[in-house]
Amino acid sequence: MPDIRKVRRRIKSVQNIAKITRAMEMIAASRMRKAQERGLQGRPYAEKIEQVIADLAALPETSLRHPLLQKRDIKKIGVVHITPDRGLCGGLNANLNRQLGNFILKQEVPVEVVAVGRKGRDFSVRSSCSLCAEFTQLSDKPSFIDTLPISNIVIQEYTEGTIDMVYISYAQFITTMVQKPVLHQLLPVQPAEIPGGQNVDYIYEPTAEAVLGNLLPRFVEMEIYHAILESIASEQSARMVAMRSATDSANELIGELTLIYNKARQESITNELLDITGGVVALE
Amino acid sequence: MPSFKIDIVTAERIVYSEDVDEVVAPGVSGQLGILPHHAPLMTTLEAGELVVRKGGQEEIMAISGGFLEVRPDHVIVLADQAERAEEIDISRADEARKRAEDRLKVKQTGMDALRAEAALRRALVRLSVAEKLRRRRKV
Repeated sequence: MPDIRKVRRRIKSVQNIAKITRAMEMIAASRMRKAQERGLQGRPYAEKIEQVIADLAALPETSLRHPLLQKRDIKKIGVVHITPDRGLCGGLNANLNRQLGNFILKQEVPVEVVAVGRKGRDFSVRSSCSLCAEFTQLSDKPSFIDTLPISNIVIQEYTEGTIDMVYISYAQFITTMVQKPVLHQLLPVQPAEIPGGQNVDYIYEPTAEAVLGNLLPRFVEMEIYHAILESIASEQSARMVAMRSATDSANELIGELTLIYNKARQESITNELLDITGGVVALE
Repeated sequence: MPSFKIDIVTAERIVYSEDVDEVVAPGVSGQLGILPHHAPLMTTLEAGELVVRKGGQEEIMAISGGFLEVRPDHVIVLADQAERAEEIDISRADEARKRAEDRLKVKQTGMDALRAEAALRRALVRLSVAEKLRRRRKV
């Protein structure tokens, strides 16, 4: 027979856990909504800038003269690895880090990591990757300016020739239930193909090169900012789902434990009754 | 009178999106007025005031650099930062101006001086936009 007091204590503690996970689920849900909204608000900017770069890169005279467009021999690769700062979000961190690990193992040249977020930083340190910069403790709602140091370092390393190619790895937000770790090329900038016939003859002021030169760093900054927003939305939704399932299993466990508790209680009452009646019988 | 659509967007939000009659923007090579049926144009913008006119009414915005694209059907402003006049926090802008001025007083060279100058310009633009709005409200 299980110890009644222990079962009761166990139920209490599971109830407390359920309360906490429930609260965390709700917090994550509200943060996720906000993160999604922010992501959507930035989308027009992202679309426009992509369009303009495609237009500009299609011009014959600007063809790949800008350093951020130039392809070089690859001697070293950089990866901007964006992860959450905190855990308790299901398999998200593990998946992201595994993706980075696999990527590094596949490369023939050395890889340098720019870690954004504590979980990725810890992973890089643990697996002794060469870490060239780390940014942790970004807030839940970073402004565009907060993310500029990250893009500055990437652009600087790239233009100086320390790294010859830059990838960005983050959790893409697909739906609340699905987040996909993705890893794609950031630099050199690959201009999107524009559908034919949409090309407009622009007047460029002062020159096409100057405009492109100003636009490309912005584009990189924007891509990184966008990836960070997306990764925050993914983190919160992954946490929400993880916490919901934790709450569900806690409740299930409470049910099971209550059953055990009640059985034990009945049993002990029955035993006591038996004792008493046994005593009465013995007295008579 | 024909009007055209203008979208002013930053990386963080859509600041303004409406049909307007005229736009005056601070281009790198001088102020730039855009009326309907303007030729396609792509230019970088400096920190300055962006004015949109619509049916006799004007709205002023402070922007701190960015790009302007004129397409056949509408105008897109990709701003680094943009604020409508009524959103500007005057005391904060004033503080930023003082900070930038202090930094400029200490003689510096290269990047730091450039950055301080840019910060000062941004603060001044904000202040002047906010000032204009206040004056108009008084009238």
